[in-house]
Amino acid sequence: MKETPFYTFHEQLGARLESFAGYKMPIEYSGIKDEHMAVRNKLGVFDVSHMGEFWVKGPGAFKLVQSLTTNDVAALYDGKVQYTCFPNGKGGIVDDLLVYRVNSELYLLVVNAANIEKDWDWCQQHAVNQGLIIGKDLVNASDETAQLAIQGPLALKAMQKLCDEQVEDMEYYTFKQISFAGIPEVLFSTTGYTGSGGCEIYCSNEDAPTLWNAVMDAGKEFGIQAIGLGARDTLRLEMGFCLYGNDITDQTSAIEGGLGWITKFVDGNNFIDRELLEQQKADKPVRRLRGFLMKERGIPRHDYEIKNLDGEKIGIVTSGTMAPALGQGIGMGYIDTAYAGFGKEIFIQIRNKTIKAEIVKLPFYK
Amino acid sequence: MNVPENLKYSPDHEWIRVEGDEAYIGVTDYAQSNLGDIVFVEVETEGEELDKGEAFGNVEAVKAVEELYMPVSGEVLEFNSQLEDTPELVNKDAFGEGWMIKVKISKPSELDDLLDATAYKELLG
Repeated sequence: MKETPFYTFHEQLGARLESFAGYKMPIEYSGIKDEHMAVRNKLGVFDVSHMGEFWVKGPGAFKLVQSLTTNDVAALYDGKVQYTCFPNGKGGIVDDLLVYRVNSELYLLVVNAANIEKDWDWCQQHAVNQGLIIGKDLVNASDETAQLAIQGPLALKAMQKLCDEQVEDMEYYTFKQISFAGIPEVLFSTTGYTGSGGCEIYCSNEDAPTLWNAVMDAGKEFGIQAIGLGARDTLRLEMGFCLYGNDITDQTSAIEGGLGWITKFVDGNNFIDRELLEQQKADKPVRRLRGFLMKERGIPRHDYEIKNLDGEKIGIVTSGTMAPALGQGIGMGYIDTAYAGFGKEIFIQIRNKTIKAEIVKLPFYK
Repeated sequence: MNVPENLKYSPDHEWIRVEGDEAYIGVTDYAQSNLGDIVFVEVETEGEELDKGEAFGNVEAVKAVEELYMPVSGEVLEFNSQLEDTPELVNKDAFGEGWMIKVKISKPSELDDLLDATAYKELLG
């Protein structure tokens, strides 16, 4: 079991630690609801060092990233971040990820912790085929890279205290490599998985304790709290953000999964599965990932069945929870296209009952 | 971890407070703390005769669902309806306001099989 460089801080704070993607990670500190509301109303800090980081370098970098991902890498500019996914060559998804363009010959890919090994194999295989050299043109920096997410409406204001560079007004989904809290270089990115604004900061493992202490000190006057993976999940679900392994998998396509907006059928973007996905888009997929709101008391959970009025199975729940900021059961799931219209009534099988729900547009939390 | 002396306990982390031939049942402080924020307590067995070990309902935390088991056999007389709108009472006061059901005990001898506070504390380690 691996530990992140912030592990001792979690222990000191009395976090409940559980194994996740090979790491011992904090699940909750003060409680999921309290942590969730802290991020919605103030700010919170998440240790997300378990995420994977791959660097792609050199003259072949653009072509590799463009061919591996559905989004259009040509639309990136220096300092811009893009949400995208790796199609798997069979109409499914290897992983979803962020692509950072440092310059036209240097990209950073940030992938899910649970998929690091699978993604690394996938990227290596394609890199080798395109003549890139592993360890030089494609580098796995996952074990050496620490990451904190500072999220919430007050996050950037608090972080501005720690650097001379202007970060408070940074555009969403951009980044800068800057000196921060006395650390000569961090990657400061206005990204996140909560929908409440803020940033994600990458540094080396050695600088991690300095970063944690500085972030906590700077956030103190604003009421900063440490946030666990439990609230990370409820926060992302209120926004309708996909979680790989639940809402998107190697069995679901980007089109079915509502990721058409990051699947760009433009000239020059000849990514894996392009033809298949273009055809699927034209034919309309047979099922769609949809968000739904419970209309009666009940909490949807992963793998619960979705039914129509006649009790026939029309889909499956992929994520569900009681939404802390809404006080209502919410979920996402794949639903047969015929039943997947917005505003349509569906039923969730919860134990021995079918509970009414309504298909709604995402996000749940606005 | 709070373990009141005047209660009996099941290994499934339910507590029972006996009052004559009736009793109040809930989950222990240990159970609520492990579940985390409780968001839903569902009991639809009011009026039913249940055997020891049978499920009388479900408790849902943000991230988990657990069944609730009868520590002894009996008839479910009442569900604590306060929990419908304020399930967090189970977190705040597991042994008091967070009680879940009131039962009429049908086999009082089963009470002898339950753990006392000392034995339950040992179980928690």
